[in-house]
Amino acid sequence: MADAAKMQITDEIAIQITSMNKWYGQFHVLRDINITVQRGERIVICGPSGSGKSTLIRCINRLEEHQQGQIIVDGTELTNDLKNIDKVRSEVGMVFQHFNLFPHLTILENLTLAPIWVRKVPKKEAEETAMYFLKKVKIPEQANKYPGQLSGGQQQRVAIARSLCMKPRIMLFDEPTSALDPEMIKEVLDTMIQLAEEGMTMLCVTHEMGFAQAVANRVIFMDQGQIVEQNEPKEFFSNPKSDRTKLFLSQILGH
Amino acid sequence: MSETHAQTVSFVRDTMLPPTPPPMGERGAVKWMRENLFSTPLNVALTLLGLLSIYALISAALPWWLNSVWVAESLSECREIVAASAGEGATGACWAMIRERWHQFLFGFYPPAEWWRPILALGLLLAALAPVLFAGQKRNLTVVLGAVAIYLLVTLSLAATPGTAFGLAMVLILGMLGLAQVQPGKLLWFTVLYPALCFWLLWGGSIWSPIVAMAGFGVLYAVFRLASPFIGLAPAAGAGVVAAVLWWLYIDIPVVNALQIAMPFGLQSINSDQFGGFLLAIVIGVTGITFSLPIGILLALGRQSDMLIVKTLSVGFIEFVRGVPLITLLFTASLLLQYFLPPGTNFDIILRVIILVTFFAAAYLAEVIRGGLAALPRGQYEAADALGLDYWRAQRLIILPQALKVSIPAIVSTFIGLFKDTTLVAFVGLMDPLKGVTQIVRADIDWKGIYWEPYIFVGAIFFIICFGMSRYSMYLEQKLKTDHR
Repeated sequence: MADAAKMQITDEIAIQITSMNKWYGQFHVLRDINITVQRGERIVICGPSGSGKSTLIRCINRLEEHQQGQIIVDGTELTNDLKNIDKVRSEVGMVFQHFNLFPHLTILENLTLAPIWVRKVPKKEAEETAMYFLKKVKIPEQANKYPGQLSGGQQQRVAIARSLCMKPRIMLFDEPTSALDPEMIKEVLDTMIQLAEEGMTMLCVTHEMGFAQAVANRVIFMDQGQIVEQNEPKEFFSNPKSDRTKLFLSQILGH
Repeated sequence: MSETHAQTVSFVRDTMLPPTPPPMGERGAVKWMRENLFSTPLNVALTLLGLLSIYALISAALPWWLNSVWVAESLSECREIVAASAGEGATGACWAMIRERWHQFLFGFYPPAEWWRPILALGLLLAALAPVLFAGQKRNLTVVLGAVAIYLLVTLSLAATPGTAFGLAMVLILGMLGLAQVQPGKLLWFTVLYPALCFWLLWGGSIWSPIVAMAGFGVLYAVFRLASPFIGLAPAAGAGVVAAVLWWLYIDIPVVNALQIAMPFGLQSINSDQFGGFLLAIVIGVTGITFSLPIGILLALGRQSDMLIVKTLSVGFIEFVRGVPLITLLFTASLLLQYFLPPGTNFDIILRVIILVTFFAAAYLAEVIRGGLAALPRGQYEAADALGLDYWRAQRLIILPQALKVSIPAIVSTFIGLFKDTTLVAFVGLMDPLKGVTQIVRADIDWKGIYWEPYIFVGAIFFIICFGMSRYSMYLEQKLKTDHR
């Protein structure tokens, strides 16, 4: 696990964000964001609440619209063109803070829905894939239950499996452990670490600094809608450059 | 302190006490009555008052029910029988009126020789609804279809159905019963074809008119399929609709006439003004319910749309229709609509009423469904988007199933309201069961002065149908409950 950080990073560019700006009305939420993500890279984005980190990764699959600059995901530029948006969304998996499973469908149906309707995979094949990923997140026995019957940690693992069923090339995590009890955080983090070890390109907004140290190649620190500092995790934690980063780290690691 | 205590007193239970029943006054009916009826002096007083009023009501009404007369020729004969059996001045219900005139409450002036047609249409209506209401549930389907088969067997033979029709109906329903055992999903095809069949059974005429009219949908689909690879889905759908409308406007009637000459087959035509009673209420109610739900869904989605024109039209439609009394719309249907149509078009009055009742209910439903949509967390939309589902798939697979589930009680309330509102068609001269038929009965010299009986009879039938809808909605809520909270 320690050497996970130096695994399969390629020269291929997965995500390219160039001088991107976003406003909510008059409020300038994201200011001049420039990020290049190589395929296989695992990036942790942290920062105080309201710093725009969730908004940033939600821009990557166009859950939020940016007003200026350029976002290119897997060679497809995100514009108002719905075809491009759907193409990007089917290549990019997303895991939410509140899981957002579909409560009216069973776990298996949650997992097979998008492959069947978006990828046009035959039902039987989709179910096999779904079971494969459920085994991977270690809850195959829950396949026929409804989301409401599962614990928070199990629901989040189902949500990860649901994204994986679309065979995404990039995974986005929006504070995946923030709504969980401490006991359940570990099971979700284990799943994410396993995913990282397999070389998935990951962007993860999280406050789990242990996770950042274990798997990230790069940590991005944001404040007030700007990237304040980005560095390798070791350097970032042991030798932060900006005062704002130092303050943040002392606050979250201080106790 | 606690430490010393723990050392000085040590107690370990080695046998567990068996459970004992609660004392007499704390269980069963005694406890219930003490808690609910006689807990305080005020409660005792209210309980006694309640019992007294129930007694007063029953003692006043009971003789009227007990002295019911079932066989008589007129109201005066009823009164004579009551006076003879229960003494002068006694009151009694005169159900003999229902016995004499039940058919007007059910069929209006539909010719007696053709009663088998609405009877058959009602049976097949239930058979057509079953695959929708109990999708894929073999046991419920079998029960419903079996009941329909028995109902048809009894009522059709009572109504002196022509042999061929009787035979065909039985073959059809038994065939469906068989299909329900093998492939219940295929039964939906009958549901799709039922509207045309029902239309033909009720209004009669050439068999070719429903077939050619249904072929219009075939034209729509064919044009859509042929055109969609070239011009995209939405324009192809538009072209299909245009082609179908042209088909119905210009090709329909000549084709029907030609086919009728070549292969004449049909039922006796029945005019809309012969419809009445519950036949009319159910035709308007069921059609209104069926079509108002999809229109309501589209309006609710339209109201939430980002597209300005769609949104404005939806809001305008909903607010206008909701802001106007139904009776105003019905008058529009009966009087004004004729002015807007090309001269010479004879647009059936029942059809016009159905259209406006449907729009009226759809506007209400749109708001009810909008409430359901608003109740969904934003995360559901985002998750659907993030998985790459397009708008219509996200709506159909994720959003609407949940939004409709939340709105079931309100939707069914609207349906019940719609069904009861069908009695308002009395105001445009149609013979609804409550006012129309009752007035006709009471205008008869034999039954002049009869008051409670027709209203009780009509009210009871309305109650049974509405109560059935309400129970079904509760069953559906229970069945769809997956949140396990």
